[in-house]
Amino acid sequence: MAEDDKDRSMVLQKEMLAEHYRRLEAAPETREPVVYTFVPGNLTELIRSFGALPVLPEINALQSAMRGKSGAYIAAAERSGHSEDVCSYVKCDIGMLKAGNVSPTGTRLPKPDLLLLSYTGCYTFMKWFELLREEYQCPTVFLQVPYQGDGEQSPAMRAYVERQIRESLIPALEKVTGRRYDEDRLRENLKRSAAAEDDLVAVLQSARKTPSPIDAYFGAVYYVGPIFSAFRGTEEGLAYYRALREEVEGRAARGEGPATPAGRLDVQKYRLVVEGPPNWTHFREFWKMFAEEGAVVVASTYSKVGGTYDLGFRHDPADPLGTMADYCSGCYTNRNLPSRVDMLARYAEEYGADGFLIHSVKSCNSFSAGQLTILREVERRTGLPGSFIESDLVDPRYFSAANLKNRMESYFQMLEARRAGAGVVA
Amino acid sequence: MKRSEIVDWATEVCEDLEFGAARQWISQEPGRRAAGYLPVYAPREIIRAAGMLPVGVHGGGDRLEIIRGDAFYQSYICHLPRSVVELAQSGRLDFLSAVLFPATCDVIRNLSGMWQLLYPKLYVRYLDLPQGGEPELATDFWRDELAVLARDLGEASGSAVGEAGLREAIGAYNTARSLIRELYRTRRDAPWSVPTEELYLLLRAGELVPLEEFVARVRGYLAAVEAEPGRVRDRARVVVAGSFCEQPPIGLIKTIERSGCFIVDDDFLLGNRMLDADVALDGDPLRNLAEAFVRHSVRNSTLYEPDPAGKQRLIRDRVAAARADGVIFASASFCDPALLDRPMLKAGAEAAGIPCIAFQFAENTGQFQQFREQAGTFADAIKLWGGA
Repeated sequence: MAEDDKDRSMVLQKEMLAEHYRRLEAAPETREPVVYTFVPGNLTELIRSFGALPVLPEINALQSAMRGKSGAYIAAAERSGHSEDVCSYVKCDIGMLKAGNVSPTGTRLPKPDLLLLSYTGCYTFMKWFELLREEYQCPTVFLQVPYQGDGEQSPAMRAYVERQIRESLIPALEKVTGRRYDEDRLRENLKRSAAAEDDLVAVLQSARKTPSPIDAYFGAVYYVGPIFSAFRGTEEGLAYYRALREEVEGRAARGEGPATPAGRLDVQKYRLVVEGPPNWTHFREFWKMFAEEGAVVVASTYSKVGGTYDLGFRHDPADPLGTMADYCSGCYTNRNLPSRVDMLARYAEEYGADGFLIHSVKSCNSFSAGQLTILREVERRTGLPGSFIESDLVDPRYFSAANLKNRMESYFQMLEARRAGAGVVA
Repeated sequence: MKRSEIVDWATEVCEDLEFGAARQWISQEPGRRAAGYLPVYAPREIIRAAGMLPVGVHGGGDRLEIIRGDAFYQSYICHLPRSVVELAQSGRLDFLSAVLFPATCDVIRNLSGMWQLLYPKLYVRYLDLPQGGEPELATDFWRDELAVLARDLGEASGSAVGEAGLREAIGAYNTARSLIRELYRTRRDAPWSVPTEELYLLLRAGELVPLEEFVARVRGYLAAVEAEPGRVRDRARVVVAGSFCEQPPIGLIKTIERSGCFIVDDDFLLGNRMLDADVALDGDPLRNLAEAFVRHSVRNSTLYEPDPAGKQRLIRDRVAAARADGVIFASASFCDPALLDRPMLKAGAEAAGIPCIAFQFAENTGQFQQFREQAGTFADAIKLWGGA
């Protein structure tokens, strides 16, 4: 997309991100404490209430990939002994660190004062921060968020997370930042979070309209960027989501589709639900494969990894620690497979989908293991045809454009044939 | 009982992909039930206290042709779950009334959800083991989880789990753990007396039969070893690390020991040795089980390491305890816990001057020549030059 084709919100977000990286670079001088943590289960409001700046390693990895830097970082990590078989986010991050820890925007990233290992929905997180701890030799707090193995968060699970935050995490933050825990400040942050979450949900649910004013997968990764990362609970975040909502509602009122790498998608032939993270190394090329066929994604699960707000959750300032426990527990990959199937089937119905597609990534077992069972189950429940394609998060070696394009084209032909009443084509 | 008879028995039990021993136990009395568990650690005491037979589900190894299982997994997922799905889809696990999926990795975690979808009538539970953090908090959490498991298994079996039953089960497993420690101690002190292949078969068979039978066989085996300790041999003493979940084919274990190495410590079937101390018998048995896990579980790749220097020290400590000469990192392909840990463990080993090599396997690996050459060269290097 050319700069002048971009939505105003995209430009705004780019500026926010650049400013955040500038603040991070200056942190050693400004003495703003720095906390590394992960997107799912991130406690940004709490971190910010201590005046600390969050760094999200997954965001760095995906931003590096979008700028074409991840391949070299991964190769460097593998040369230093990391296996080809494991998560490319981790290797990209390790490679970036070894190359001087220069952020994707070109600024230098500061060392963490604290590693906040929010163990939410992904086993690899645990190893990732064990690896970073070896490099940074800094304090690490481990926050275990129990998995919703039975499809819900029990009172005991909630109490466990709440107690860990109160008895372990808050004292650690007090120690590294030199500030006392300020619950009023936290409540204010949470209040802003809830307001931004309202706006985000309105944006995501606008895809129920025809034509959809958003792409709820490729476009949504921009929309969820601020709220999944450093800006939830901030004034900038709040302003961004207000602006985004206005922008999307304006498009919806005018009957316009979203901006895509293939131009504005006003004529939408196929409405899809997508499961799994996108590929970041060839993001625009991948998106274009959809847009050129007139396919718009109306709902996705990846846009829920940092919170399932569309299922009703809002941060509650009246119960600051409990609400953070609820937030962590509800993140998409912390939900069991039957819950994930329920979400996909519900999306297919509520968003009037023509089909659903699983993009399976080699790196992420949390997402990928079991996806073929999800595929069959969603097909059974909805009667919609599913498609299954594979690549990776940030390892460019696993993106095969020709293969993906072939599969996608076949899938769209099948949808077309079904629409024409010709039945299912194998 | 002769050693060869015990080993033959263990081999037969392990090779029986129809789980005949467990099925036989169930058929002996009406109402008997069995509960399966996946690697690495499940609190088998609670299964026993519910009157059920705990059955280890470790996949079909190199003796099971995967026909249906591959349709459930992408090529970049390890072999174990597709093998377990194969066992289930072919009806070989239809005798199980419950299946437990411990928090080993995301693949096994998600397999619990697949089971819920594929077998909705079965009791399925994901065991969210406590990870690191404050021991008091972790113990409280795990005790609550164990209470839910005890309640549910009591309902599944029709035999409520009570304190007396739990104490009996804890005592029985304390006995088994003590014997397993003795087996490992014996092998460490005289590895020529206890080939790892035999030790492994015994442990694996032990996860498929009633505990009493396993205990009797191990006692018999230890007595046989004492009576016939075998001829002293000089080989490179190695620790094999990284095979705690998906198990190597028995041929690989044999290959390592036939290439000039004695395995003097390993991670095989680690759940048997996850608790390195007896579980207390007095007081609240569920709390005792919870505390034992939180405070006395062996450090390994599936658990968070709270000590910042822990990863660097782990191999050094294990090598020292086993009086080993070197380490073989043998991990299943695509095994996240083992492969993500490896750079840290290897760095620790190298910093301590411990020779090490690494390779990957799958449970159905059938060609061992490359491993023979690697392990043989490694053993030669240790013996000739004291390092790899």
